[in-house]
Amino acid sequence: MKSKKSLVLILSIIISIFHMIPLYLLVSTAFKNDSDTSSKWRLPDYVFTGNFKNAWENAHLGSAFFNNIVITVTSVILVVIIGALASYPLARYQTKLNKFMYIVFISALIVPPLTILVPLYQFIVDLGGLNSYWAMIALNVTFNLPITIFLYTGFIGTIPRELDEAAMIDGASRIGLFFKIILPLLKPVTVTTIILSGVAVWNDYQFSVFFLQDSERLTITVALSQFFSQYNNNLGWVAAGSLLGMLPLTILYLFLQRYFIQGLSAGAVKD
Amino acid sequence: MQTELSHKSEISTIRDHNVINVKLRKKKVKSVFWINLLYLPALLLFCVFIFYPFFKGIVISFTNWDGYSQDYSWIGLENYKRMLADTNIGTVIKNTLIYGVGSTVLQNLIGLMYALLLNQSLKTRGLTRTIVYLPVIISPLIMGYIWYFIFQFNGGALNDIILLFRDKPVNLLSMPDVNVWIITFVNTFQFLGIAMTIYLAGLQSIPTDYYEAASLDGASSFSKFRHITLPMLAPSITINIVLNIIGGLKLFDVIVAMTNGGPGYASQSLSTMMYQTYFARQDAGYAASIGNLMFVLISIISLAALVYLRRREIAR
Repeated sequence: MKSKKSLVLILSIIISIFHMIPLYLLVSTAFKNDSDTSSKWRLPDYVFTGNFKNAWENAHLGSAFFNNIVITVTSVILVVIIGALASYPLARYQTKLNKFMYIVFISALIVPPLTILVPLYQFIVDLGGLNSYWAMIALNVTFNLPITIFLYTGFIGTIPRELDEAAMIDGASRIGLFFKIILPLLKPVTVTTIILSGVAVWNDYQFSVFFLQDSERLTITVALSQFFSQYNNNLGWVAAGSLLGMLPLTILYLFLQRYFIQGLSAGAVKD
Repeated sequence: MQTELSHKSEISTIRDHNVINVKLRKKKVKSVFWINLLYLPALLLFCVFIFYPFFKGIVISFTNWDGYSQDYSWIGLENYKRMLADTNIGTVIKNTLIYGVGSTVLQNLIGLMYALLLNQSLKTRGLTRTIVYLPVIISPLIMGYIWYFIFQFNGGALNDIILLFRDKPVNLLSMPDVNVWIITFVNTFQFLGIAMTIYLAGLQSIPTDYYEAASLDGASSFSKFRHITLPMLAPSITINIVLNIIGGLKLFDVIVAMTNGGPGYASQSLSTMMYQTYFARQDAGYAASIGNLMFVLISIISLAALVYLRRREIAR
């Protein structure tokens, strides 16, 4: 029994080490100076931060971070509002029409945006949405709505109807009812949605690479991919840039880990 | 008709037919249609950015449009005939299926193994879970670059090790077949944490007295796994398989970061092929038809998997 326990412990340590390898190599490369050609496996015995400065400037990460924040924050707020509002009638009034509408919304889950890229790109160009925040936000919101509606509809269904009814006696209007009674109860699923769509929008590459071409409007992923193809040989810079790009979410993840793991898996677990 | 329907269901849900409830019912029926306006914003976005482009895409696939000029002509099924004759499409579909099915098999096998391990009472459980889950929140593009550093020809971390055993480095990313599986591995490495977490939650929801009862009957640990664990995990298996298969079939970022589909078409998937056909070759009509093929492929495979797995769940 005891030997089985230590075997499990050793296995879990081996797994942990194996999964840390990519991050370890990234860090060791990012802190090495240009003239150091030692293996990536070897940590430098000095700390060189010049790569970070160069990556920040040459990849235009300053404006990329700003763009990422604008697009992510706006998209997430809109996804939560539009998704929660849409789910209320779908969960509460299961008429034939609304059952059909629910299927329509959910079926979009299996339409990857890439499959409709050609017409979508043309459409955004026609609307003058290239390099604009609004097009990025509209697309990110739209494609994050199916999972949001799925989660909210499921969750609202678990809130007892009596709560609505109790509020009706007080004469709360329907909309007022939604904001005053229902919305505060939705906190857990709202946290899930914020994390799920926040991570998706922050890390988005597929929309950004197509619709953002102006160097002032690039998001982190596109800025890094351009930087990467330009400075392919300067590994220290590229490693430092990658590290900077993943830093904000990694820090959030380490502090709010429980919510992240629950949230990102809830998209699938809630059935 | 609809109001009547909801009216009926309302009655069945309200147990006490007192005065307040009767009043309430009337109020509800009156307001029941305009409440649907709440999903209008969502519906509008869907129509504009999903349904309209979707149907437009079908139309474009019947033309020889180049993506920017005003004139194009109808060529009927020409693009689809071209696809059938395309010598690369076989490789590309095969790669797409490897990305989809390969990642699904790997993520589920390894994810389940990790979950079984972490389900033991273990001091390092939290730490291991944090580490295995971390890649889920990292951009797949950056994840692709990080693994590129490991597999790359010049100064790649893996080649540093290979050089200890032979005198020449190996260019793994330019080897057809090998690079497809490397990309599949990277995708697995990235999203393994989700499969693991779902299986872990599934394992923890199995009542322990099932195992106790089986132990009393003298069941071996393998037969406990086979007859208790696996059947009880059926819903988790369904979710994981469907989720991973969709994710793998539409894989894009990692391929772009690691090989950009190359060399030639060796690691190209339908998604990168469509992207390059459109942007690098200005062949919008053909790109649209590749997009449609991708849509059909993903919906058929994921729906078939979903229906099949759900049936199995119920049959048990």
